Amino acid sequence: MLFQFGNVLVFIALAVGFVFINLFIGQLIRPSVPSTMKGTSYECGEEPVGSAWLNFNIRFYIIALLFIIFDVEIAFMFPIGVVFKQWVAEGRGMIALAEILVFALILLFGLAYVWIKGDLEWVKKLGNQGK
Amino acid sequence: MELLITLLKVLIIPMLVINLIPLLIWMERKVSAYIQDRRGPNRAAILGVRLGGLIHNIADVIKLFTKEDIVPAGANKFYFILAPAILMFVSFVAVAVIPFADTITLNDGNIFSFQLADLNVGLLYILAISSLSVYSILLAGWSSNNKYAFLGGLRASSQMISYEITMGLAVVAILMLAGSASLNDIVRDQGPLPWHWNIFRQPLAFFLFLAASYAETNRTPFDLPEGESEIVAGYHVEYSSMKFALFFMGEYAAMVIASAVTASLFLGGWQVPFFSTEALRVLAPDFLPPVAFAALVQATVFLAKILFFCFLFVWVRWTLPRFRYDQLMRFGWQFMLPLALFNILVTGVWLLIVP
Amino acid sequence: MIALPLFGFFALLTVGSALIVSFSRSIVYSGFALLGTFFGAAGFYLFLSSDFVAVTQVLIYVGGVLVLILFAIMLTNKIEDATTSNPSLNRIAGAVLTFVLFLFLVGILSGTDWVVQDEEKFASMVTPIGNALLSSYLLPFEVISIALLAALLGAVVLVRREVR
Repeated sequence: MLFQFGNVLVFIALAVGFVFINLFIGQLIRPSVPSTMKGTSYECGEEPVGSAWLNFNIRFYIIALLFIIFDVEIAFMFPIGVVFKQWVAEGRGMIALAEILVFALILLFGLAYVWIKGDLEWVKKLGNQGK
Repeated sequence: MELLITLLKVLIIPMLVINLIPLLIWMERKVSAYIQDRRGPNRAAILGVRLGGLIHNIADVIKLFTKEDIVPAGANKFYFILAPAILMFVSFVAVAVIPFADTITLNDGNIFSFQLADLNVGLLYILAISSLSVYSILLAGWSSNNKYAFLGGLRASSQMISYEITMGLAVVAILMLAGSASLNDIVRDQGPLPWHWNIFRQPLAFFLFLAASYAETNRTPFDLPEGESEIVAGYHVEYSSMKFALFFMGEYAAMVIASAVTASLFLGGWQVPFFSTEALRVLAPDFLPPVAFAALVQATVFLAKILFFCFLFVWVRWTLPRFRYDQLMRFGWQFMLPLALFNILVTGVWLLIVP
Repeated sequence: MIALPLFGFFALLTVGSALIVSFSRSIVYSGFALLGTFFGAAGFYLFLSSDFVAVTQVLIYVGGVLVLILFAIMLTNKIEDATTSNPSLNRIAGAVLTFVLFLFLVGILSGTDWVVQDEEKFASMVTPIGNALLSSYLLPFEVISIALLAALLGAVVLVRREVR
């Protein structure tokens, strides 16, 4: 088992090697004639105004929050999914299914809440803002 | 001995993927051309040999290697270089758990498998590794110090994490059927009969997984992060030369991996239609050892399945238009996610009722 | 024989990037250095024969929590010059506290009766964890979903107030 992960590690080393050899060969043979104009950032020919590191919309953050919650759910679903068949074979399938159901429903409640409250709406309705 | 086999596998399996990348790029160009009623690239030639446009890939490689590498003055150098490296690395490493043929039991009782690492958590490993590509895109967008790149990186990262959920939940239904998270077990569980493959046993999971994998690889109809017509090329707008090539290769490698995983999970992986491994071994011709023949046929069939899904990527690209961003998010969270959960419950009930 | 240098590598990765996290002047560098720490921890889980926990560590901490942290960093005002410092406050008090914690951990380390496993005993942990979640840890498992729900609702409510 550990040996299998060892294989993965060898593979990781190879991948890192591949990437850096590629970059290194490119470094050797390509020309390098830098100039100030080349160094400006590309904005379709316009002079760049200000920095690109803007603040972005907080909705992206909500998405990331939701993602973590459901990511954890997947992590818990995985081992249960693996043993589910075995539990059915042993005649205890109802318990397993009920448990998955409860687990999923509780989280679905969270999703429903966010959904109804409109946090998943990317375009906020202008009409509601006056209220 | 074991070490030698590992080394051999470590060298051969990535070679396969790396060689699929130019083929896929060629396929993308040619298929796109024929879908649009053109002939596609056919000019580049070595001594008059054109190979139907395949020579263009060599021209591309030469060009990408010899172009000047421009790093924007305001960029964060270290992360600027790290970003494409991560993408290539991720696509590379995910291939480790994909089985290319059935395992062979050697004379001394050892088991030889046609995959680099037969992890019991193989499926979760793929999900975990592919979740790393978010960093590449986030880093590229952030370190370029370019507004388009930043917007593209943000869009891409939140799109990818949104669809990762659907992907993971769709996969749980497959796990419940196979009773294992090892890719080899999942493939073996599907058997040689095509109507037992997961695409027919789990059609909903198949479509969810397919759509999610398109979103993960930023392909049309989910190509908003690149959206040429609005944010020029998204997160890799400032990249040139070999760094761009790494992004380019990384994206195509990700498509190969996505195709391979989809083929393994839903289309029976290395299973040859109607012929089990034992049947193939019986059918083997005299000049080849039966196990080698079976493995060879299985690997070929698996490659054909991978290429089919790669073709599907291109086909879909010229069939469906791009989503709008709010549509994308609504589709991911309010349609696919509940559907994936529903699918898990249906699978559970089905497993309970049908023995 | 190869396990020891590997362990050293993971230890170095974890501690090294943890040091970058704490001492880097740029919060963005700190955030990204956390990647190495999480990866190193995943490596340790492998050494403890917990393949499932290791992969989950990568899936959730590296693929999820850190993305959230980076999003939060990018949301922060005046991050644009990438050197917005995270000033070190209360260095002496912090050092004392860390030292006490260190002594405490060393105490635990030396006081524990460690079980040494043979390498042959390494086995996949997915099935045992699944069985445990469905039998002896049934209630905790359901409580986790409520905890997750609470986290979700709380975070969304907090974030939403910012928007309005």
